[in-house]
Amino acid sequence: MEDKQDNPAPSIEVEGLCKQYGPVTALRDVSFRIEKGEVVGFLGPNGAGKTSTLRILCGLMPATSGVARVCGVSLARDPLGARRHIGYMPESNPLPEEMRVVEYLRLRGRLKNIPGRELRRRVDEVMELCDLKRKARRKLIGTLSKGYRQRVGIADAILARPEVAILDEPTIGLDPHQVLTIRRLLAELRGKMTIVISSHILPEIELSCDRVIIMNNGRVVAIGTPSQLRAEFVRERAYRLEAAGDIEKLKTELTTRFPQLRLSEGEPCGDGVEHRHIEAISSDGADMSGELLAMAAALPGVRLHSLYRREPTLEDVFLAATVRNWEAAPEARGGQKR
Amino acid sequence: MRHFPALLRHELRSLAHAPSTYVAGVLFLLLMAAIYYLLLSQYAAEQFSVPPGEMFFQAFWLPVLFMVPLLTMRSLAEERRMHTLETLLSAPVTTTEVILSKFVASWVLYCLLWLGVMIFPVITVYGTSGADARLLMHMPVLLGGYAFVCISGLLYIAAGILSSTLTRSQLVAGILCFGVLFILLLGPRLIGTQELGPWSEWLKEPLHYFDSSAHRDSFTRGVLDTRPFLYYLSNSSLVLMIAALVVESKS
Repeated sequence: MEDKQDNPAPSIEVEGLCKQYGPVTALRDVSFRIEKGEVVGFLGPNGAGKTSTLRILCGLMPATSGVARVCGVSLARDPLGARRHIGYMPESNPLPEEMRVVEYLRLRGRLKNIPGRELRRRVDEVMELCDLKRKARRKLIGTLSKGYRQRVGIADAILARPEVAILDEPTIGLDPHQVLTIRRLLAELRGKMTIVISSHILPEIELSCDRVIIMNNGRVVAIGTPSQLRAEFVRERAYRLEAAGDIEKLKTELTTRFPQLRLSEGEPCGDGVEHRHIEAISSDGADMSGELLAMAAALPGVRLHSLYRREPTLEDVFLAATVRNWEAAPEARGGQKR
Repeated sequence: MRHFPALLRHELRSLAHAPSTYVAGVLFLLLMAAIYYLLLSQYAAEQFSVPPGEMFFQAFWLPVLFMVPLLTMRSLAEERRMHTLETLLSAPVTTTEVILSKFVASWVLYCLLWLGVMIFPVITVYGTSGADARLLMHMPVLLGGYAFVCISGLLYIAAGILSSTLTRSQLVAGILCFGVLFILLLGPRLIGTQELGPWSEWLKEPLHYFDSSAHRDSFTRGVLDTRPFLYYLSNSSLVLMIAALVVESKS
């Protein structure tokens, strides 16, 4: 892919973006910045404002107020110019059913100003990259499986070698094999362009993205790398102990020595052995693994089989960030503008 | 307008794949064949002062009422229903290019179907014995009539495209188009026949200006007046501009 790094402006710059649909406020003062070459995940519950933000960034609808720039081009002043820098795959990936894959990609190439002599090569290149060339080249789009249709959507988005590829739910409705293929495809695109992925599948975002933007109630509630967000939003640490013997004694000792711990009921492991699991959640962010291990191992009448610290997932971060926003902004729920 | 040729090719291809195109084509040709046959039968039985071609074009409004909705109802309503318009507009193309390509594709097909009708006199002259070639193949009437249907078709197709932008349902778009065409084709004549008191005199001139049958008569008699040209060209441009605005406001 061609290097388009000469433009010093960030790939996406959004400042104070607001969008109003009649009385409903979809976006409130949304601001963020995405640098060149980043892979950024866009997260949020349904109705959070993700798709509205992406549609504004693709020049498909105007913002009510605020500034959005793609590669330094203002979407309000020059939407067509901004669209030239963007490859977009919409949420439901609508495609014309009666066209063949190769014909569709050639049409899209012509609409994206790819010169005639280069078009054939470029179409072959993206079909190879998206694994469409051998199995789906001449097939009617209407006869393709969901996975292949998603690949056609991604092939279209990257066809003109845009500086920014925006993929709205690229893995929705796919089986695990197809998800893996799309993930590999995204990994191949890494470094060649800035990629913005909107998804509900949090492990997918965690695996593919450098940074995450979480939206809720039309606001950006968190921005950062997954580890930054974990540190910011999930203060609690969870430990899982597997032990046999006097479990009640272990629990009493844990709560006495570590009053910051909340313990779950000891659950049987279910393997026929007298082992039990205890979930211990610490309100303190510090790592207590060593102390817990030393204490449990030295406790008479208790046999510790395992202890591990459960790292908070992006799902925990997402839930914490959206709940915090829900509690912090009660006026947002009434649909009132801030 | 650099994307217009690519979009037009795509639209012509889409029309060629749409079943509604073939339904419109077959219905249109059957209806026109029936009208032509009845006209010739009547002409053989009685004496008329006008050539058969001129009488044939007097019934032009009837197929237009059915054919134009069938040709245009799918254009934008289907794109909006399937959300493919969003994908199309995510490329650096303008709404004007999209609307214009759909309009020109439908208009080209409309003109081609009418061209099929122009073969009827040829078939009659060369396929039957005893037909008066001079009377049936009266070129000024046929060419004037064909020029009229092509030029008036600009406005009717534009009205169909506008109707298709207003809804996601092809059926609703078709019914809406039928209603608009009914007003355009028959409205001025129907209003003209009503007794409107002091308004009658005042409305006479504007109604004549909007009356498509008056335009048709002047074309089939070989009179190429600039006023109908201006009427159809300016109004079709206006309707297409409104259609582009509707698409932009709905995106």
